Amino acid sequence: MRTTTLAEGVEGSNSLLNISIFGAFVLITLVIVFRASRNTKTATDYYAAGRAFTGPQNGIAISGDYLSAASFLGIAGAIAINGYDGFLYSIGFLVAWLVALLLVAELLRNTGKFTMADVLSFRMKQGPVRTAAAISTLAVTFFYLLAQMNGAGGLVALLLGVTSGVGQAVVITVVGVIMIVYVLIGGMRGTTWVQIIKAVLLIVGAAAMTVWVLGHYGFNLSSLLGDAVAHGGKSGEALLGPGKQYGATGVSRLDFLSLGIALVLGTAGLPHVLMRFYTVPTAKEARRSVVWAIGLIGVFYLFTLVLGYGAGALVGPDKINAAPGKVNSAAPLLAQALGGPVLLGFIAAVAFATILAVVAGLTITASASFAHDVYVNVIKKGSRDAAKSEVKVARWSAVVIGIVSIIGGIVTNGQNVAFLVALAFAVAASANLPTILYSLFWKRFNTSGAVWSIYGGLIVTVVLIVFSPVVSGTKTSIWPDAHFDWFPLSNPGIVSIPVSFLLGYLGTVLSKDKADAAKYAEMEVRALTGAGAEKAIEH
Amino acid sequence: MGTTQDTPVDPVEGDTDWSAVQSSQEFVQLRRRLRGFVFPMAGLFLAWYLLYVLLADYAHGFMSTKLFGNITVGLVFGLLQFVSTFVITWLYVRYANRNLDPAAERIRDQIEGDRA
Repeated sequence: MRTTTLAEGVEGSNSLLNISIFGAFVLITLVIVFRASRNTKTATDYYAAGRAFTGPQNGIAISGDYLSAASFLGIAGAIAINGYDGFLYSIGFLVAWLVALLLVAELLRNTGKFTMADVLSFRMKQGPVRTAAAISTLAVTFFYLLAQMNGAGGLVALLLGVTSGVGQAVVITVVGVIMIVYVLIGGMRGTTWVQIIKAVLLIVGAAAMTVWVLGHYGFNLSSLLGDAVAHGGKSGEALLGPGKQYGATGVSRLDFLSLGIALVLGTAGLPHVLMRFYTVPTAKEARRSVVWAIGLIGVFYLFTLVLGYGAGALVGPDKINAAPGKVNSAAPLLAQALGGPVLLGFIAAVAFATILAVVAGLTITASASFAHDVYVNVIKKGSRDAAKSEVKVARWSAVVIGIVSIIGGIVTNGQNVAFLVALAFAVAASANLPTILYSLFWKRFNTSGAVWSIYGGLIVTVVLIVFSPVVSGTKTSIWPDAHFDWFPLSNPGIVSIPVSFLLGYLGTVLSKDKADAAKYAEMEVRALTGAGAEKAIEH
Repeated sequence: MGTTQDTPVDPVEGDTDWSAVQSSQEFVQLRRRLRGFVFPMAGLFLAWYLLYVLLADYAHGFMSTKLFGNITVGLVFGLLQFVSTFVITWLYVRYANRNLDPAAERIRDQIEGDRA
């Protein structure tokens, strides 16, 4: 726990104003969530919002789900301090959507019902494959959720001036409780509206700031970059090219390559992203969703490029590094430099709304995976009675997951768990994506192949992280004084992704069980044509 | 709390001969068209992205070269990744609308029409 002195957050920040704007967001979204709850009765309503959202609506919600506080505050800050290297993240996060567009979104929408496991177990033995897919889903969502809840603690220190351990624990609890209320009452429909509202606020806010910053420099990007270099001190010139953060050694370069691969292949394996494709009525709308998401996410990352260099130029790296929250304070400090306390309050509220919208999406995904995959289809073996109580079980799981994540957020508060987001992407890219691609495109792929690639990818990724510098051996490790860091990279993707593809192949060819040809025929025809796909429900 | 479950109304459950559809000429052609577009395109954008990451990782001098003002090769290369992503998205949507959707719709109608 930290010191219990109450100090100001970002200098000049008006905590009351910030809290009021955030409170207004919570109030408006709660009203919408309550209204949405009237139509939430069946499992299709609860998990998939009745499949009644349009492609553009879902595309906006996807960007609201995907653009986490890490990608807003984190990337803008990384560009302000490390220049070009921060920009590399956003490119990986964007290009990744082409994997979803070309290979996954439509085929998944046509063959699944509520979860990733629906698709992976379509033509396999239900028990083992669903269990494996559910474990991987829960692992990815839990890593991601923990990173978000932990971030909430740091964010209040930064934005509201709450620096006491107890005060931050209270805020984390409030965030968790609001999230549980959204998910419990509004289900996927309520969660989607929260994400849509947040995405609009975030993108509009970032757009306004971008125009403002560019206006300072007569809309000349080159002058903005020049000013960022001038304020960057000795190493200012290095902001314009790659290598400031990752270029130091051969190992750090390899680490960056590994991160780049995990980012581009991870997105299309993130269960909370995949689940969003079930909220639209057809595969064609799923395609439109991705198109909208690519447009919005792409434009947003272009904004963060300007905001990052803008913060470097107009605020300066010294002031950013001295502020609570360090790099994460770059965007809020820039907001303050541009528009004073009101704009800062708006951006602070948007950052909070971002955490809420992302954790709500993660919680509903995890609860769906537990209730639909583990409870109904594995424990109760798909019985009718179990299906009747499915929504009830999902709601209880959401409460439990919410409470666990609140506790996790409080316990890890003050520790740097940023690696958890990279870990979530690495597991998604290693355990999930190879299995999804094999299931959709490789006729011979069978149950043992699926089980090998999921567990193999998951175990290899987690083991490599445990024995990496993230956990031990360096100053920034969780246990700096212990030394079991025999794997040199902090990002395991470059090893774990090929290993998982290989295991999926070996598991398939080495096992005696044959792939179910009839089921593959059904899956392939359904995937490509949409015949028999789950329809939207009318209210 | 709602506990009702939507009754599964599956319009194609039953005796659709999926294997027959799968081996029909029209479906084989649809699959060829889909794979013929998405596989090469996926290979292309992954290679293009990998080239970018490798250059950013190992060719600092080249990427830091200034083209004009403070605009570096790396910045232009990075922005081109945005452009290529938008262009590939647009190409795929156009291709799918013209070459995939009509055939998929015909086959789907045949299957679901049988049940109606």
